[in-house]
Amino acid sequence: MNFLTRIRSSIGWDKGVGALLVLTIVIGSLVTPDFATTSNLGFVVQDIGEIMIIALPMTFLIIAGEIDLSVASALSLVSSSIGYSFAHGVPFGWALVIGILVGLATGALNGFLVNYLGLQSLAVTIGTMGLFRGLCFVLLGSNPVNQLPDFWTGLGINNIPGTFLPWSFLLIAPLVIIALILLHFTRIGRWTFAAGISSEAANFAGIPVKRFKFFMYVATGFMVSLAAIVYTLRFASASPDSAMGYELTTIAAVLFGGVSIAGGFGTMWGVIFSVIELGAIRSVLQLVNFSSNALQIVSGSLLLFSVAVPKVAEMLKARRETRVKTPTPSLTSSRSVE
Amino acid sequence: MEKVLEIRGAAKRFGGVQALVDANLTLYPREIHALLGENGAGKSTLLKTLAGVHKLDAGSITLFGKEFIANGTRGSLEQGIAVIYQEPNLFPDLTLAENVFIGRQLTHGKTVAWKEMAEQSAALFKRLGVPLDPSRRARGLSIADQQIVEIAKALSLSAKVIVMDEPTAALSANETERLFGVARSLREEGAALVFVSHRLDEVMALCDRVTIMRDGATVATAPIAEVDTDKIVKWMVGRELSDLFPKMKANIGETILKVENISREGQFEDISFEVKAGEIVGIAGLVGSGRSEVIRAIFGIDNYEKGSVTFLGKKMKKNRPNQAMQDGIALVPEDRRQQGLFMPVSITRNTSITLLKGVSKFGLLRKASETGITAEWSKKMQLKFNSLEDSVDRLSGGNQQKVVLAKWLSTKPKLLIIDEPTRGIDVGTKSEVHRFLSQEATKGLGILMISSELPEVLGMSDRVLVMREGRLVAHFNADQANPENVIAAASGASK
Repeated sequence: MNFLTRIRSSIGWDKGVGALLVLTIVIGSLVTPDFATTSNLGFVVQDIGEIMIIALPMTFLIIAGEIDLSVASALSLVSSSIGYSFAHGVPFGWALVIGILVGLATGALNGFLVNYLGLQSLAVTIGTMGLFRGLCFVLLGSNPVNQLPDFWTGLGINNIPGTFLPWSFLLIAPLVIIALILLHFTRIGRWTFAAGISSEAANFAGIPVKRFKFFMYVATGFMVSLAAIVYTLRFASASPDSAMGYELTTIAAVLFGGVSIAGGFGTMWGVIFSVIELGAIRSVLQLVNFSSNALQIVSGSLLLFSVAVPKVAEMLKARRETRVKTPTPSLTSSRSVE
Repeated sequence: MEKVLEIRGAAKRFGGVQALVDANLTLYPREIHALLGENGAGKSTLLKTLAGVHKLDAGSITLFGKEFIANGTRGSLEQGIAVIYQEPNLFPDLTLAENVFIGRQLTHGKTVAWKEMAEQSAALFKRLGVPLDPSRRARGLSIADQQIVEIAKALSLSAKVIVMDEPTAALSANETERLFGVARSLREEGAALVFVSHRLDEVMALCDRVTIMRDGATVATAPIAEVDTDKIVKWMVGRELSDLFPKMKANIGETILKVENISREGQFEDISFEVKAGEIVGIAGLVGSGRSEVIRAIFGIDNYEKGSVTFLGKKMKKNRPNQAMQDGIALVPEDRRQQGLFMPVSITRNTSITLLKGVSKFGLLRKASETGITAEWSKKMQLKFNSLEDSVDRLSGGNQQKVVLAKWLSTKPKLLIIDEPTRGIDVGTKSEVHRFLSQEATKGLGILMISSELPEVLGMSDRVLVMREGRLVAHFNADQANPENVIAAASGASK
């Protein structure tokens, strides 16, 4: 595993993803005139907004050696809580606050189970994935709440006046910058890498690993609730089946961005490029009238690609080495004959 | 006499590093041959060549008059060479018998011959004088017993050359004695043994001849009877070492650490002691006597049920390593690779992990200040490295230990807890580490040092505590402590 992660960092995976993004944009502009337009850019921002917001804490979690599969269900639960509260007479602003509290609670639950009960994060979050999704249906039945206030849904649907960018851009851009700085230029970032490389060594270096990872999950819950608000306003609906499959798309994007599934290695740049790449590919495919279900195919393929390439590279390297090695014995034996 | 093994002019290069230049080694039957050298001298490369892992670039290896062919561990075993590593890798969920016969189970036709394997393993264990149960699983077996299983495996393949790489590094005194018994009886049976160790007293006690390597080349081979430790050390380091343990006189100040009656179920009980500023307190005892567990609890890695720890007059909270660190306690753990360092990460990042607050401004890390502090401490520790951005897994054991020390001493602690400060590191670095600890003590640092090496404990400590089976059983001032009474207390022998 170590070798794989080395390969990834040695070839500058994140730069590779950046280059691929440029290539996608060039090809996209060539195949369809509708791609390189400002309105399409606005559309792409809308399209990948929630994935980007969730990918940021997911990057921290995976680098720290953990994972969270419950993010999409938690997003849906936050959205459902907002809809439920609003439908029961809570002013919409306060409903959003309730949503954020619910988001924090989902993160705290995951964090508690993983860190203080010492359970495997994969198993825990598969469990809470089902739990949160189930709670959505308990809250809303199968009826989405659609009559949301126009002012708020306007924020979800419209662009910032005089620009081609959706309002959500004002939320997402600072979050991306903060995540980038946190991971690569602060103590929190170093602790994240340290915990992922060896949580035992991190403990011995005086890092409060358990509490740190607990708060990482709580922060994930917070980010999920922001994504949920963007999602709810964008679709002007709070529905129990929101964001189906987003957890896998997000994790695929993070891994394609060069983050090691084993933890300890990765860059925020890679993930940012990767999420945008996801949006760009999807946009190109849609503009050339490819099936609208392409996102699933694209993210699945990207994931396979990101795990397969280092493996193939390793096999090629091993083959080259054996080829180089083969003549060695005859050399040494001829020398010893002399 | 007929030679068992002859290595002549061995050379091996890895990328830019010439690991072996001109290594020579000759083994005769019925001898225990010590292979010595500082870390990085090329011993490991030579051993791995014998294990079939590496192929030489030049030179020859002759085994019983035939050319030795490097072809993996299996190939080496089939040719009669068994290499036993410091920490054997047994399959934890297989029985000892299965481990002995791994990859070549005895069979009746198509079914595994469990009974024969168990009987033959039992016979081998008995021959080695260590009656292990062949039907038990390897999980939970002590390192000493794991080595016995490896030796049994080698014997079952009728290996004629048995190479042991620092077998005693993790063994207690009793276990070491037992292993020596085994080695001697193998010698009587006609085997040739290669014994790698950093403990010269062991070499003097056990071995017949010694070969010393330095910088990838063999510098001397001599019968043990004709050398003494001073001479060996001189060959190893290529320079004079006046004193292995240059303990300086330090002014002993106020009590800084006060441990009162702490207990942790199943690990240690009712431990009380103090450490003063400028004082070096050594904890001696057998491996498994609970020493490491006590210091883990003091630093806050593990919990403890009863008692209290007071540091600089303040009662310490349990389970708060981060707090302990900020209060001025540093812990250099026993297992460098697992606990002390982030192996695939750079020297800089390893050093600065304890200092992140100090090198930050407005919450942002300042690269220049981080590199500056690392460079400063690397110089103080006389660290040997190519680039501070190199990952620490490329450093030798001694240099790795220096990085761990740098990482902690740069936090300017008041108390340094250090577990096995020189395990598995070469004599030269060892003496540097000792000098460094001693120097820091004269500046007022209190040091709590666990060590399984008696000369180290006795040479360095102002006071020696002895633990046995989770309890503090003895307490000596430096002038009262001697090897006899410390060993007696540690092993529970009545005098």
